[in-house]
Amino acid sequence: MSGFAALYDTFYNCFIQGDRFKLFMLSGLKVTIQVTLCAAIIGICLGALMALVRVTHDKTISIMRPGFASVILKAFNWFAKMCITVIRGIPVVVQLMIWFFVIFPFSRNGIAVSVLAFGINSAAYVAEIVRAGIMSVDSGQMEAGRSLGLNYIQTMAYIILPQAFKNVLPTICNEFIVLLKETAVVGYIAVSDLTKGAYIIVGRTFEAFMPLIAAALIYLLLVMILSWLFGKLERRLRASDTR
Amino acid sequence: MIRVDDLHKYFDQLEVLKGITERILPGEKVVIIGASGSGKSTFLRCLNLLEMPTKGHIYIENEEITDDKHDINKLRQKMGMVFQQFNLFPHYDTLNNIILAPTKLLKMHKKEAEELGKHLLEKVGLTDKVHVFPAQLSGGQKQRVAIARALAMNPKIMLFDEPTSALDPEMVGEVLNVMADLAAEGMTMIIVSHEMAFAREVADRVFFMDEGIILEQGSPDEVFFHPQEERTQDFLARVRENREQNTK
Repeated sequence: MSGFAALYDTFYNCFIQGDRFKLFMLSGLKVTIQVTLCAAIIGICLGALMALVRVTHDKTISIMRPGFASVILKAFNWFAKMCITVIRGIPVVVQLMIWFFVIFPFSRNGIAVSVLAFGINSAAYVAEIVRAGIMSVDSGQMEAGRSLGLNYIQTMAYIILPQAFKNVLPTICNEFIVLLKETAVVGYIAVSDLTKGAYIIVGRTFEAFMPLIAAALIYLLLVMILSWLFGKLERRLRASDTR
Repeated sequence: MIRVDDLHKYFDQLEVLKGITERILPGEKVVIIGASGSGKSTFLRCLNLLEMPTKGHIYIENEEITDDKHDINKLRQKMGMVFQQFNLFPHYDTLNNIILAPTKLLKMHKKEAEELGKHLLEKVGLTDKVHVFPAQLSGGQKQRVAIARALAMNPKIMLFDEPTSALDPEMVGEVLNVMADLAAEGMTMIIVSHEMAFAREVADRVFFMDEGIILEQGSPDEVFFHPQEERTQDFLARVRENREQNTK
């Protein structure tokens, strides 16, 4: 048998026989994308919220009148800080397993638990990224907004956050790339994602090369698409900077 | 119009304002001069509560704004402020910089607000810059847009915090002209500035601030040419010396 024929044989064995590519790789890819997208949405919303709490606390607590509002803000700030510390201090695989085996031991829905675990994990990182972004906006912008009579929330929404968002876009893109690749560990709680799919094929065929390289290429492609999309968005938002 | 009663401001332990008591009448133009660190900017920023006074009372149109229950945002809508660093919103074009506040706060219709915005841009001589972003404007143009933005809320009082200090010398004139027009319309204006020629032309009164108090005040002629206090004389001598060096 010639070398080419042998190669084709392996390829056939890995991907076509028993519809393995579709059954394991494609359905796994779907799960990977699903988990990443949902976790990213949770991460962005929750992260932005935590960042707002942290920034608002740090910037206004010293001038706030003591009362109910300042107590609530302090409590939220403490909570956000604690979440960030705890989540950043624990490997994401361990977090994932804690969610699945300890907190929701009766859950049958591994994908939902993965979304939750990765969403919250991502939120901690996004919170720090967005906080840095907000602090990078010149303090004169807040003063200008407030001096016009806009309140704190309006100034944040119309003036500070749009600028902060633009500043942090490259870093957020990076965070989502990391997130996409980190989801490869959901196999630990028996979710069949792309990595797990490739691994199953390896187990069935005793061929490591092709399934793993195929998975690697698919991840690479996904990351390239993601950074291309973010690059496009970034260029659009930078339109106002050009002279 | 504005009444300030024994105003004190501390930054931590540092006392920046040491008891200012003053009245400013409707339509009056006041220019505040003084060395850096004398508290003039802090005084100005206390008037719209960008800085919270530590002690003392401020009344604007007979309402005590330093009262805990006073609505700060309503107050600020009555007072426009222009900053040394312009602080235009870089992600909006000039028109949207101007109409942001009226559309969000006065619930003005976009059409109406745009009319107003264009009218204000005409007033500051920038009719051709309606859809230009701040990054594409010169310093003088930016400051004129900033003035138009502050005017969009139809304020009764305008505060200027060293509006020409960050400008290249050739752009100072265009900004001062806009301010002089505004003064001629009868706007109440409080201006922190060292532009003496402008102050003489426009100001009703000049305050000289030193170490947290208004050390001396009077008409521009009195303060600039017949200052009573030694510290005022020293300060003015230094300002004139710098000016001469710059023009050489």
